[in-house]
Amino acid sequence: MTRAFPRNLHPAAWWLWALALLTAASRSTNLAVLAMILTVAWVVVKRRRSDAPWARAFRLFLRLGLIVLAIRFVAQVLFGMPIGAPVLFTLPEIGLPRWAAGITFGGPVTAPSVLAAFADGARLAVMLALIGAANTLANPKRLLASLPAALYEVGVAVVVALSFAPSLIVAVGRVREARRLRGRNDRGIRGVLTVAAPVLEDALERSLALAAAMDSRGYGRRGPVSSRMNTVTTMLFSAGLVGIALGLFGLLDSSTPSLVTVVALACGVTAAAGGLALAGKRGVRTRYRPDRWDRPEQLTAGVALIAAGITVWASFADPAALNPPIGVLAWPAMPLPVVGALLLAAAPAFVTPPPVLTQEAEPTFEATR
Amino acid sequence: MIEFRDVTATYPDATRPTIKNVRLHVDEGELCLVVGRTGTGKTTLLRLINGLFPHFTGGVLSGQVTVCGRDTATSRPRDLADLVGVVGQDPRSHFVTDTVEDELAYTMESLGLAPDVMRRRVEETLDLLGLVELRRRPLDTLSGGQRQRVAIGAALTAHPRILVLDEPTSALDPPAAEDVLAALQRLVHDLAITVVISEHRLERVVHYADRVLYLPGDGSLRDGAPAEILKDTPVAPPVVELGRIAGWDPLPLSVRDARRRATALRDALTACPNVSQATKASVTPVTVELNDVRVAYGNRPVLNGVNLAFHAGEITALMGRNGAGKTTLLRTLVGLHRPLSGTVVIGGVGPRALSPSLLLQRIGLVPQDAADLLYAATIAEECAAADEDAHATQGTCAALLNEIAPDLSFTQAPRDLSEGQRLSVVLAIVMTAAPQVLLLDEPTRGLDYRAKERLASVLRRFARAGTTVIIATHDVELTADLASRMIVLADGDVVVDGHTADVAVSSPAFAPQIAKVLAPLPWLTVGDVAESLGVLP
Repeated sequence: MTRAFPRNLHPAAWWLWALALLTAASRSTNLAVLAMILTVAWVVVKRRRSDAPWARAFRLFLRLGLIVLAIRFVAQVLFGMPIGAPVLFTLPEIGLPRWAAGITFGGPVTAPSVLAAFADGARLAVMLALIGAANTLANPKRLLASLPAALYEVGVAVVVALSFAPSLIVAVGRVREARRLRGRNDRGIRGVLTVAAPVLEDALERSLALAAAMDSRGYGRRGPVSSRMNTVTTMLFSAGLVGIALGLFGLLDSSTPSLVTVVALACGVTAAAGGLALAGKRGVRTRYRPDRWDRPEQLTAGVALIAAGITVWASFADPAALNPPIGVLAWPAMPLPVVGALLLAAAPAFVTPPPVLTQEAEPTFEATR
Repeated sequence: MIEFRDVTATYPDATRPTIKNVRLHVDEGELCLVVGRTGTGKTTLLRLINGLFPHFTGGVLSGQVTVCGRDTATSRPRDLADLVGVVGQDPRSHFVTDTVEDELAYTMESLGLAPDVMRRRVEETLDLLGLVELRRRPLDTLSGGQRQRVAIGAALTAHPRILVLDEPTSALDPPAAEDVLAALQRLVHDLAITVVISEHRLERVVHYADRVLYLPGDGSLRDGAPAEILKDTPVAPPVVELGRIAGWDPLPLSVRDARRRATALRDALTACPNVSQATKASVTPVTVELNDVRVAYGNRPVLNGVNLAFHAGEITALMGRNGAGKTTLLRTLVGLHRPLSGTVVIGGVGPRALSPSLLLQRIGLVPQDAADLLYAATIAEECAAADEDAHATQGTCAALLNEIAPDLSFTQAPRDLSEGQRLSVVLAIVMTAAPQVLLLDEPTRGLDYRAKERLASVLRRFARAGTTVIIATHDVELTADLASRMIVLADGDVVVDGHTADVAVSSPAFAPQIAKVLAPLPWLTVGDVAESLGVLP
C-alpha cells in the first residue's frame, strides 16, 4: 500500500474521536478497559501529532490525571468507609466533633475500597487524557474556524477568554524573570504574590492590544441587513430556546407525555437552526482553505463512534464486566466485543495520513516515500 | 486620501493635547515618514488615521479626520479595515491566529473575500516578504524579524489603499529591514498605496520618503520635503548630519547622494589623522567568560559551543541576523537559560549559583521587553525601589534617569510612557546597581538620536569606570559610535570577533553610513569626522 500524503485531519474528526472514546471511558470502572483506552489514545497521539507547540498538551493532561488519581486515592484512605475484606492496615481514628457526624477520619483501610477508589480515579484520569489527546491532535482554534458563521464571534470571544490562562502562565514566567533581573528573590509565597498585580495588568493590556488589532483587521464587520430580517432572526432564536427548554423539562419530568417532549424538542432545535442560518447571513466572513472532510475523517469519526456505541451497549448488556462489583477482589475481565471495538478505535493511528510537520522547510524523504 | 482638518487629540486624564490644531493632506501613493523625538505623539498621529484614536484609546478628538471620504468619528476601525492596513509596534500582541498562513488570511476572511482570491494573495505575499519557508510555522516559534514580516504581510493581503506602520523595522536586522522597506517602496510605486510610517532609524527610511511629517513635541506638525524639514530637526540620520557639517545644500538623504558630493570632503580628510583608530583598549582582566556553551530549545540548537571572554571596561556589540542567538547568549549569561553543556563564569562562579540580589551586583540585563521590569505606580516609586534593591544611596537611580532622559516627569506612571521612555527607565534601574557586567538587548528600540547619544555617553562613562558592556543590537550606527569590539553570531556560532573599525569597514552589511560615504577612509561616525575637521557637529 502506498503511504498516504501527509495532511492534517479536520480538527472536528479528532475531537469527535476523542469525545467518543471519552464517552466509552466514562461508562467503565474496569481497569483493564481503562488501560486499553489509554493505550489506544497514546498510540494515536504518538503517531499522529504534529510538532506545533499545542501538540505538547498530552503530557500535561496525563500529569493532571495523575494528580486527580492521587487525590482520589488519598481521600479514600483518609475519609473512606471500609468495604469488604481484607483490611490492609488501620489508621488511628480521630473522633470528629458532633457537627461533622457522618464523616470518618482514619480507621481501617480495606483492599477492595482502595481498589474501587483507584478505578474511579483512573476513569477520571483517562477522561482527562482523552481531552489532552484532542488538544494535541487538533488545534482547538482550528476547530473554532469550522463553527457556523453565526457562532463564530461568540467562539472567538470564548477562545480569547480561554487563552487568557496560558498567557497568564507565560506572563508569570516573564515577570518572575524580570524580578530576578531586578535583584529580587523570585521564590517563596511573597515572590508569587507580588507578581500578581503586574501579571494581571500585563494580561489585560495584551487583551486590549489584541482587541484593537482585531478591530483594525475587520473583526465583527456586518453586511447590510434589513431590520425585518433582524426581527425574524431574533424571533426564531427565542422560539428555539423556549422549545428546547420545554423539551428538556419533559425529559427530566417523567409525568410529561413523551410525545410532547419530542415535539417540543424537535420544534425548538429546528427554530434555533433556522435562526443560526439566518444570523450567519449577517456576517461577511469567508474561509481561507477550509479543512476537508474526506475518507480519513469519516473513518476516524466512524470507528470512534462505533467503539463508543459498542462500549455503551456492553455496559447495559453486561454491567458486571464493565463495572465490576465493589467489594470483590478479582482480576478485571476483558469483554471481547469491547476489546474489538477499542482495537478498531486505534485504527486512525495507522490508516490516516501522517501529520504535516511545521518546523521542516523541505518535505523529508521519509514523509513523501 | 487622508485629510486632517484642525485636528486636536487629547487623551483622557491628559493635561494638554498630544496633537493640536493639525491640518494635513496626504495624496494617493505618497510615502510619508513621521519623525519626532521619543514620546511626541507619533503613535497617536498614526492611530488617528484608522480611528483607533478615539474609538479604542478613549480621549477627545476635535476637528475631523477623513480617510477616502469616510469620517473616522463615525466609522469604527473595523469599518475602515478594507482601506487602512495597520502594523503595530509589537507584532506579538497583534496576532489573532496560530500559524503564518492563517494570520495572512485573517483580514481577508473578515472582509469576506472569495477563497480563490485569498489563496492567490497569500501566495503572492509569502513571496513578496520571503515567508514561503515559514508558511506552516506556528507564530510562537518565529523570531522577532520574522514576526514583523508576517505582521506586514497580514496587513498587505487585504490590499488596503493606505498602510500605516509604527516602527516596522525597529526589531529587524539591517538586511531584513532593507527587504521590508524595499517591499514597501514597491507597493508605493506599483500599486500607488499610500504609506504612513513612523521610524526612529531615519537612515533606513528617509531616502524612500516623499514627505516628512515632523512632530516637534508641542502638538503641532510641520510637513514638507525631507531635505527641507531635516535641515534643523534634532532627529537626523548620519548622512544628513554629515551634510550639515560639510554645508551641503540640499542635504543628502542617501549614501549615494552623499558619496557623490563627498569627493572634496574625502580629500580634506585624507590629510587629517584618524580619530577612530587612535583609541585602542589596553588589556584588562576578564570579567565574564563562556566556555564551550551549548544551548538548545527542544531539538533546535541555538548556541553551538560558544567560547568568549569579555574584559573590564570593554564595550562589545553583539550583532547578527534575527534568530542568530544573540538574545539567548545574553540570557544565558545572566542564568535565565541553563546551558546543555559548557560553563558561564562571572568572577569565579556561575550565574545560576548566585542569589538574585548578588547577581544584580555582578551582572545586569536590560531585556528586549523592557516594560516587564516595571510595576510600580510612578517612576519615582520605581526609582526608590531600585535604590533599595541595589542597596544604593537614595537618588542614584533618579540621577541616572535624569541623565538618560532629562525630560521625564517623575510622577508619570511607567505604563503610560512610550516604548523608548520605558526603556530609559529600565536602563536607569539596572544601572543603579552598578553591575560589573551590563548587558543590553536591543537598547535603541524606540529611542531617538538624542536619546541614543545620551545613552552612549552614560555607557561610555560606565565602561571607563571598568564595567564590561555587551550590547546585542541591529543598530550599526550605535555600534560604530560606541563599541570597540564587534562580535557577529550566525546560527549559534561566532563568525566574526574583532575591532569594530576593522569589521565595520570590511563588510557593507555592518558598515555605518559614514563609513560607506567615506570608504576607503576609516572614519565611522559624524563625531569623528567633525573632530578631525575641527568643527562642532
